[in-house]
Amino acid sequence: MQGTAKALPGAAHGPKVRARRESGLSIPTLWVTAAWRPRKERGSQPGTPGSEGGSGALSGKSFNSSRKGVPGGTGLGSRTQGGWGPGPGRVLLQVQAPGRGRGPRAGPAWEPGLRPLHPPALGSHARPLGYAQAPPRQIRLRSVPPPPARVYLPCRRRRSRRCWTRRPAPSHRPAARDWLSAVQSEGPERGRAFPAGAPEAGAPGCACAVRAAGLVPAELRSWAVVGQAWSVGSGSAAATGWGAACRMPEIRVTPLGAGQDVGRSCILVSIGGKNVMLDCGMHMGFNDDRRFPDFSYITRNGRLTDFLDCVIISHFHLDHCGALPYFSEMVGYDGPIYMTHPTQAICPILLEDYRKIAVDKKGEANFFTSQMIKDCMKKVVAVHLHQTVQVDDELEIKAYYAGHVLGAAMFQIKVGSESVVYTGDYNMTPDRHLGAAWIDKCRPNLLITESTYATTIRDSKRCRERDFLKKVHETVERGGKVLIPVFALGRAQELCILLETFWERVNLKAPIYFSTGLTEKANHYYKLFITWTNQKIRKTFVQRNMFEFKHIKAFDRAFADNPGPMVVFATPGMLHAGQSLQIFRKWAGNEKNMVIMPGYCVQGTVGHKILSGQRKLEMEGRQVLEVKMQVEYMSFSAHADAKGIMQLVGQAEPESVLLVHGEAKKMEFLKQKIEQEFRVNCYMPANGETVTLPTSPSIPVGISLGLLKREMAQGLLPSAKKPRLLHGTLIMKDSSFQLVSSEQALKELGLAEHQLRFTCRVHLHDSRKEQETAARVYSHLKSVLKDHCVQHLPDGSVTVESILIQAAAHSEDPGTKVLLVSWTYQDEELGSYLTSLLKKGLPQAPS
Amino acid sequence: MKLYCLSGHPTLPCNVLKFKSTTIMLDCGLDMTSTLNFLPLPLVQSPRLSNLPGWSLKDGNAFLDKELKECSGHVFVDSVPEFCLPETELIDLSTVDVILISNYHCMMALPYITEHTGFTGTVYATEPTVQIGRLLPSPLKDAVEVSTWRRCYTMQEVNSALSKIQLVGYSQKIELFGAVQVTPLSSGYALGSSNWIIQSHYEKVSYVSGSSLLTTHPQPMDQASLKNSDVLVLTGLTQIPTANPDGMVGEFCSNLALTVRNGGNVLVPCYPSGVIYDLLECLYQYIDSAGLSNIPFYFISPVANSSLEFSQIFAEWLCHNKQTKVYLPEPPFPHAELIQTNKLRHYPSIHGDFSNDFRQPCVVFTGHPSLRFGDVVHFMELWGKSSLNTVIFTEPDFSYLEALAPYQPLAMKCIYCPIDTRLNFIQVSKLLKEVQPLHVVCPEQYTQPPPAQSHRMDLMIDCQPPAMSYRRAEVLALPFKRLFEKIEIMPELADSLVPMEIKPGISLATVSAVLHTKDNKHVLQPPPRPAPPTSGKKRKRASEDIPDCKVLKPLLSGSIPVEQFVQTLEKHGFSDVKVEDTAKGHIVLLQEAETLIQIEEDSTHIICDNDEMLRVRLRDLVLKFLQKF
Repeated sequence: MQGTAKALPGAAHGPKVRARRESGLSIPTLWVTAAWRPRKERGSQPGTPGSEGGSGALSGKSFNSSRKGVPGGTGLGSRTQGGWGPGPGRVLLQVQAPGRGRGPRAGPAWEPGLRPLHPPALGSHARPLGYAQAPPRQIRLRSVPPPPARVYLPCRRRRSRRCWTRRPAPSHRPAARDWLSAVQSEGPERGRAFPAGAPEAGAPGCACAVRAAGLVPAELRSWAVVGQAWSVGSGSAAATGWGAACRMPEIRVTPLGAGQDVGRSCILVSIGGKNVMLDCGMHMGFNDDRRFPDFSYITRNGRLTDFLDCVIISHFHLDHCGALPYFSEMVGYDGPIYMTHPTQAICPILLEDYRKIAVDKKGEANFFTSQMIKDCMKKVVAVHLHQTVQVDDELEIKAYYAGHVLGAAMFQIKVGSESVVYTGDYNMTPDRHLGAAWIDKCRPNLLITESTYATTIRDSKRCRERDFLKKVHETVERGGKVLIPVFALGRAQELCILLETFWERVNLKAPIYFSTGLTEKANHYYKLFITWTNQKIRKTFVQRNMFEFKHIKAFDRAFADNPGPMVVFATPGMLHAGQSLQIFRKWAGNEKNMVIMPGYCVQGTVGHKILSGQRKLEMEGRQVLEVKMQVEYMSFSAHADAKGIMQLVGQAEPESVLLVHGEAKKMEFLKQKIEQEFRVNCYMPANGETVTLPTSPSIPVGISLGLLKREMAQGLLPSAKKPRLLHGTLIMKDSSFQLVSSEQALKELGLAEHQLRFTCRVHLHDSRKEQETAARVYSHLKSVLKDHCVQHLPDGSVTVESILIQAAAHSEDPGTKVLLVSWTYQDEELGSYLTSLLKKGLPQAPS
Repeated sequence: MKLYCLSGHPTLPCNVLKFKSTTIMLDCGLDMTSTLNFLPLPLVQSPRLSNLPGWSLKDGNAFLDKELKECSGHVFVDSVPEFCLPETELIDLSTVDVILISNYHCMMALPYITEHTGFTGTVYATEPTVQIGRLLPSPLKDAVEVSTWRRCYTMQEVNSALSKIQLVGYSQKIELFGAVQVTPLSSGYALGSSNWIIQSHYEKVSYVSGSSLLTTHPQPMDQASLKNSDVLVLTGLTQIPTANPDGMVGEFCSNLALTVRNGGNVLVPCYPSGVIYDLLECLYQYIDSAGLSNIPFYFISPVANSSLEFSQIFAEWLCHNKQTKVYLPEPPFPHAELIQTNKLRHYPSIHGDFSNDFRQPCVVFTGHPSLRFGDVVHFMELWGKSSLNTVIFTEPDFSYLEALAPYQPLAMKCIYCPIDTRLNFIQVSKLLKEVQPLHVVCPEQYTQPPPAQSHRMDLMIDCQPPAMSYRRAEVLALPFKRLFEKIEIMPELADSLVPMEIKPGISLATVSAVLHTKDNKHVLQPPPRPAPPTSGKKRKRASEDIPDCKVLKPLLSGSIPVEQFVQTLEKHGFSDVKVEDTAKGHIVLLQEAETLIQIEEDSTHIICDNDEMLRVRLRDLVLKFLQKF
């Protein structure tokens, strides 16, 4: 438990709970925004602890003052309280305990702006943050420039719509970024930061910041929601937990489990104002509170249903769904839970099995009951592969085949143009019974991928299978017994198919057993959900169902003592309980026997211990079990290896990658590889850490077909040198946005066009007749303006495009002619150019 | 937007929709009713059929006499059946981009379209549709053994056609060239049967084909997603609008029991998939109560085994009850138990094992329902002479009288219990009320009462506005005006927009941007910044350049209040301002500058000497009073 110990959820869990108890804050992370600190310090690099400590205190103070200044609290204030995510100015304050080996990560290799702090003991928000009270901690401050072009300031939005008309001309108006810097330089007093004419923050109808986010109707709608949330938040700020996220153009991810760890997968994602929980697993390495994710992180007092829009379960393994009944029935969640059909079918059976072991065998109290499992499953909505499920008007999810176990799926979560893909566990190489994971080039903003085998590149499957069969064969030949601990569904079927075909080919007689109960049922599931298996099995199932085994028989406990060779598949797969452990204890003393671990073992399990070379095991009741039997590890886990992970990243083409479900050290390696190869940012937050990704969603509006077609008709590709501009008027009415031509806009608003026309008199010395002057003007202009349409009309006038030129005699001076040049405001440039051209006179006519 | 109607058959449609630069074929049905005009193809030589008298035209022209045979007053063609293909001349079928299949009955003409027209697109269908469609008897497969059809289809071509199918799931959104999105929805009629939604951001067409509101084995119909359609194309309604499927099932069971109890055999000509699952389920419940447990049920079809097996694995496409069974895990259909207890036996054909196991009295399910080919021909010949036996028609696709015609005179009993679970007219009007499409398009058969029951005004579609009807080889212009298209404004550009409030709640912003169009997606990007002038010399020349008339000025709106305008002029140093009234407005004279400004309600005209400075000053003053667009 060293090295990665702090990455284990247990470690992260403990201090967090403590921290909360001391501080009354539910925040494991703290973000301090630049808005509250003098600019000088914002620019400072991580320097001496002293100065940083000072700024930390300052930020604490200003935090308070800002709260006082704006009754009801600003968005930033309440968000920081809620503990979920950073403010827009990206200055990170990292507090860390010294000597915990986190130094290097805080170094230059850091991702800009995305490493939040780990929970220190923070002072309550009612008094200055008490860093001084925690002297042994090293405080690091880092300034990170705000992401380009997009700065989202919740308080800006709070200006009412009225200010649009009063806004000064664009050149005088500070851009959002300028405004931010203004705030920064002016320090904590935020009232001053508003441009003139802006009403106080807190005005109703905050849908005014047209510029930054402004034009998205969806955003307008969610702003209203934000407004509500804030008003709620200001009243009972403590009630706003993680879920009080507001609509920000950013994606936030916080793993509650599986962050730099395997087991207890549970990841919170906030995207486009929607909060989604991905997986809800248990940890096999713990038997106490730490086995389930800490759902109080989401909200402490509120109902989970109010904070989560949906829960998605990727597959039926307990480290991905084991905490579900606890979460939905004991903590309380009534929203939808999405999973695929096979997962929905199998998941309750595994949960029931888990419950039985926990309650009946270990005698745990306060565990979820069978009825809770049933009630929980009633909240499940089954999804098809590739079906686009509309969770609500804006949030949609879509499942892709993941190939890890029957029914395993990857999920795409999409709000507007922002999307996240969560892979769950997946396998990129097809095996004997499942196909390979596949995803289209969906270009998500973020890909959250498992990384169990982050550093492993597995040799060919064929070699592994040959090895496995050889070892089994040899042991059986010399009369030994082979124990293969498996989980009832998944690898079990794969290895059964492998042994079944081998037994048939080599004509072996030694019995193969499969521990009863679940497994028979399991095979039945495979038969009924055959559409989820691979192509070959699907094609041949009518003739021969691969899951009807001839050589493999049901196991009975008495068989374990039978003499002679045998092969037994027993559950569970990590030797942490149940039948597999019983058989293991019986057979461990004989060196003729063999145990083959076909998959990953979580720390703390017997499987993990024997794989790491331990040969004397302490069992219950202080017994010591000496392991003499051979221990083999063969990776048949259906997880993608490093190559497979890279392959998936290549397939999906994400803008950034986030690693979960793996060990920290290995992740580090893969992270570097991904960053090198794909030139995308890669994150690996620990449990409780938040990653925030700014996004820049484009704004969908409706363009009138007439305008679009007119534009398209002029050729599709604008030349690089002279880009052609589309001109139009954007009409914003309620939440609808329409881009139309200016003429149409006038018409739609019922306004008449006001024509502004100029006529200039240009005097020319020319004694010839008017017609001749006109002709000379014509030939002159024709020669100068080669790209324009110059015409000589029969009535003697000359036109250049729509500009009219007429020649008239001067009333007093017969030697002078007056040219009347007339144009509209729209042709002003050309018109004024023409007058200046004509003013210079005409070239001497050829006589 | 146009709809090309290639098939006149209301339940086996084949339409092509042109929508936003895409060409979409909706279903690919093959009208097989023409088989009824042919003599049955017996498995073994039938002396009765081969001895039928020839038929010749009244004028004695007998060049067809070898092909035409007469049987109890009807004339039949004595050859391999031929079918009526969808229209191929109406539209160039090689331009079809995609084909959407709604259920396995509506894909029989597929190889013809995909292999013989230069089709290069994709076919979309659900997995059960493809797997079961592949099993169904079709001229494409059954006729390959016969030389006449080989020219048209080979097995290879069928496989090639099927390989062009891309499998889709319900509610999966499929992008077509970025222009159109198509989505299959559950239609509740058969395993994997679907309705389709074809939509862009501003328009929505629903294609409803073969839907059912009854609770049988498939997933129930998804009605909610059909709402807000601009056009709803409605095909595949029930062919027997007067029959109640539930009643028919009851009648089927009682007639079956009656015949068997009297020692007769029951023949059920049917397709190997579809209603047979429901029939078997009913019989499963009925067998014991009716005391039929000792009667063998035979299901004879080359695909009997596959059909029964496949039905069990599509849990995700089944109704909720059946799904929960799978979760137990148990097979969703009870015919698994019938097979296990040996009550139902299935054989690929009457040859082989069947002849050993065959016991009478019995119940035989076999195809083809037209009674023209397949094993059913044999049983008709075998059992037709005894009045103890009964043939029960359950498939509605063929008229039973015509189907029986070549077997006349017939002693066996005939029961007609057509079971068609598709929508009837009452359900249609309920559905239309529910989903409220702007326009309904349907085959002309549905806009008038059936010819045999012309007084039944209730047997037609009744909706407002009246449904537009189509017939074979017609092109229908759909009443549709596209006004808007989606475009995305990049956040950088959005940042630079300055909205003005024109009226309460309505704001405007002028946009000048570069349009990028890729894959039919339009994006507006901020205009590139003008390159900074590099040197003084060049700059000078640049300023002399002829201005690009493409730099567009906004339009103006509003009117100029003369008095205020004059005050403004005076404030800006113009003295000696005179105002004259005219018929339409005013003329403002600046005598010093020899300048005249005509102001009218919606126009302003500045007439001045060639003094650019003055003109610009005046212009700016005028613009102060106007709004720009």
